[in-house]
Amino acid sequence: MNKYIRTSLAGLMTSTMITGAAFAAGTHPETGEALAEDQTFIYRLGDEHSSVDPQVVEDTYGAEITRDLFEGLMNQDEDGNLVPGVATGYTTNDTKDVYTFTLRDNAKWSNGDPVTAGDFVYAWKRAVDPELSSPYAWFMELMSIENAAEIIAGEKPIDELGVKAIDDHTLEVTLSAPLPYFPQMTTHSTTFPAPQKVIEEHGDAWTRPENIVSNGAYILTEHVPQERSVRERNEMYWDNENTILDKVVALIINDENVALTRYLAGELDRTEVPAGQFPRLSQEHPDEAISFPRLCNYYYTFNLTEDGPEAFKDPNVRQALSLAVDRAIITEKVMAGGQPQAYTFAPEATAGFTVPEVEMASMTQAERDELAKELLAGAGYGPDNPLSFEMVYNTNEDHKKVAVAVSQMWKQKLGVNVELANMEWKVFLEERGNQNFELARGAWCGDYNEASTFLDLLQSDSGYNDGKFSNARVDELLAQAKTADDPAPLYTEVERIIAQETPVIPIYHYAGVYMMDTDVGNWPINNVEQNWYSKNLYKLAD
Amino acid sequence: MLAYSLRRLLVAIPTILLLIVACFFLMHFAPGGPFTSERPLPPAVLANIEARYGLDQPLWKQLWDYLYNIVVHFDFGPSFKFKDRDVNDIIAQGFPISLTYGSLSFLVATSVGVGLGIAAAIKHNSWIDYFAVGLGIAAQALPNFIMGPILILTFTLWLGWLPGGGWNGGQWPYLIMPVIALATSYMGSIARITRSSMLEVLNSNFIRTARAKGLPTRTVIWRHALKPTLLPVVSYLGPVFVYVLTGSVFVDIYFSTGGLGQAYVGSALSRDYAVLLGVTILYGALTVVVNLLTDLAYAWFDPKIRY
Repeated sequence: MNKYIRTSLAGLMTSTMITGAAFAAGTHPETGEALAEDQTFIYRLGDEHSSVDPQVVEDTYGAEITRDLFEGLMNQDEDGNLVPGVATGYTTNDTKDVYTFTLRDNAKWSNGDPVTAGDFVYAWKRAVDPELSSPYAWFMELMSIENAAEIIAGEKPIDELGVKAIDDHTLEVTLSAPLPYFPQMTTHSTTFPAPQKVIEEHGDAWTRPENIVSNGAYILTEHVPQERSVRERNEMYWDNENTILDKVVALIINDENVALTRYLAGELDRTEVPAGQFPRLSQEHPDEAISFPRLCNYYYTFNLTEDGPEAFKDPNVRQALSLAVDRAIITEKVMAGGQPQAYTFAPEATAGFTVPEVEMASMTQAERDELAKELLAGAGYGPDNPLSFEMVYNTNEDHKKVAVAVSQMWKQKLGVNVELANMEWKVFLEERGNQNFELARGAWCGDYNEASTFLDLLQSDSGYNDGKFSNARVDELLAQAKTADDPAPLYTEVERIIAQETPVIPIYHYAGVYMMDTDVGNWPINNVEQNWYSKNLYKLAD
Repeated sequence: MLAYSLRRLLVAIPTILLLIVACFFLMHFAPGGPFTSERPLPPAVLANIEARYGLDQPLWKQLWDYLYNIVVHFDFGPSFKFKDRDVNDIIAQGFPISLTYGSLSFLVATSVGVGLGIAAAIKHNSWIDYFAVGLGIAAQALPNFIMGPILILTFTLWLGWLPGGGWNGGQWPYLIMPVIALATSYMGSIARITRSSMLEVLNSNFIRTARAKGLPTRTVIWRHALKPTLLPVVSYLGPVFVYVLTGSVFVDIYFSTGGLGQAYVGSALSRDYAVLLGVTILYGALTVVVNLLTDLAYAWFDPKIRY
């Protein structure tokens, strides 16, 4: 009989051991639910993933697979809290710029080799290596690892990266600046260990099923590009005996409506719900249609540069436009998937973030419309001098629906003439990035669960600040927040300034809207980043 | 005829070269690049990536290196998007799939289409004719992006007879829907062209002569009318053949077949330069070869044509 041992890390430093119920055949050790004979989970992947190389992967689909194949220092639990991964815990110094991780001694690669601190050192150096030129090298910079930026720029040798293996089971990381949320960032795939010998032997082809060696709960057993990717239980995984799911199959289905049909035909355990179909599906399949908040926002950004429209330089005009957007119509009638309405830039779901009382949120839509008319008239726009501008979005049915609805609201309530234009994705990114727009759609998903991942976008020198909003106070607050023990009040003030200055119009925050088979146990709907681990899932008996 | 074929193949070389050059420059002039992303890369990272793929070189140098690698090493370059595969891998994986369901669709569309067209023409203005014309028009109005969802709804969701997608090495249950979806509208067009061509031939003098000398209808149709009837059909089939052989993006998207059509469109959207160029060259080369075969087929169908 096996002992079910689950280690969890509560808060920052305390590590507690919970010894659970005995593992009876066919029932879940913790919940006692009857388990299905066939422990296979099949889900839809919207597109072929870029890679499963932890240091190279850059898309969500690839990151989901990588998270199963490899295990980093820390993992997340069902609620997004930090729990031990390869590391059993960590300590930090008073200034929070040196972190020391203790690695478990029973972690193994799928070929039986032990996972050592050296594997992490190799991987992290690999991530910043100009020769590998990882598209996620910037993540190491974001983690403030000492000398990461200089190495990427080719100004320092790779060996000067602030990461060191004290011994096989102790990893020491030196940061260039204190970073309270550093451990949270070690759940990101860029930080996962890499098998040096295998990579050196096979080169770029090391991630193919026939070559790959990984240290996660699963190993890659099949990959047919554009069709499927299959991963199966890794017998060498240190916690293998508590892993229930045997096999995970990702089927690549580009069209979400086809995916829904195949889900309804019983071919899939999980798929996304196309926009607008949630009300119908939740009526027909109330147990299967689920919606929960996610860590992403959807907004329109004003071009605030010199070349931008004159009208947008007046904060009252920007605020009037924001006020006149009836978010309830967008979330309930257009998207209709349980998305929360947005009056702040960071989503409410962000950890440690309390949505500040912004005035607009507490008004009725009629009051907002009234105020919008006043503000716009005060700025000198009206029937004789109507406000006109162009709004761009990337070509997509959903974005089009939202843009049409919003432009009609402005037209009807404020007499504003909006010309809509759509662009193919890469063209859109280029034009928006070069400030060749008047009003543009934007969206952002958090890279980690902390408000700065959103609010930093509005920092003057942020590379993602496409509207070029610049406010000295916001910059100052965001800089302080980086090292503050409790940054919450600082973020609240930033959001208040954003509400006042309106450099962006937040429309809604994303929701994860899925069709999920009732057989699937323990899907982490409370993990707002949707960092899910197959090892925590299971299939219930029918 | 051999000399003619060789001459045509020689002319194909500058044609394809021109295609490569035009495509290469068009691609590079399109806004956005392979590494344009929602999270713009820091300049140092971008510089490293561009150096790795030689994108920091002047355009003429990139073009030269590209052509050199093709000619000397038969290497069509790396994929910028899929890090563990290069263009040769992508084509080697996708092309056989496209080729399989494409040639089956071609066979189905041609045999059914020609059969329907001939039947309709022979039984002109009968119920068979009306039925065939009706079917042909209906089929023509159902392009693959309409047929795809209809088939999946019918055979996967409602009847539960066929898997909704995937390839599984090309097993027949996975082939049926892609083949029907791709074949339907071509079949409609082929039926209509065959019918009108056959009607015209049946009204010509040499057929009247054949009938006048007392040949049975069957002989008149098969020995005398068929070949001239097929001439316009063959000129239509040439481009269709290339199109179906190289796969269809809609079939690949709806049925997750993993063919080359998806790789082609995907590479254009993600600015995966080498993949886009590689597939374009393949399409170009196929077009040249199939056009030549079409021209040779003319000579067989029409003895008046000599090369």
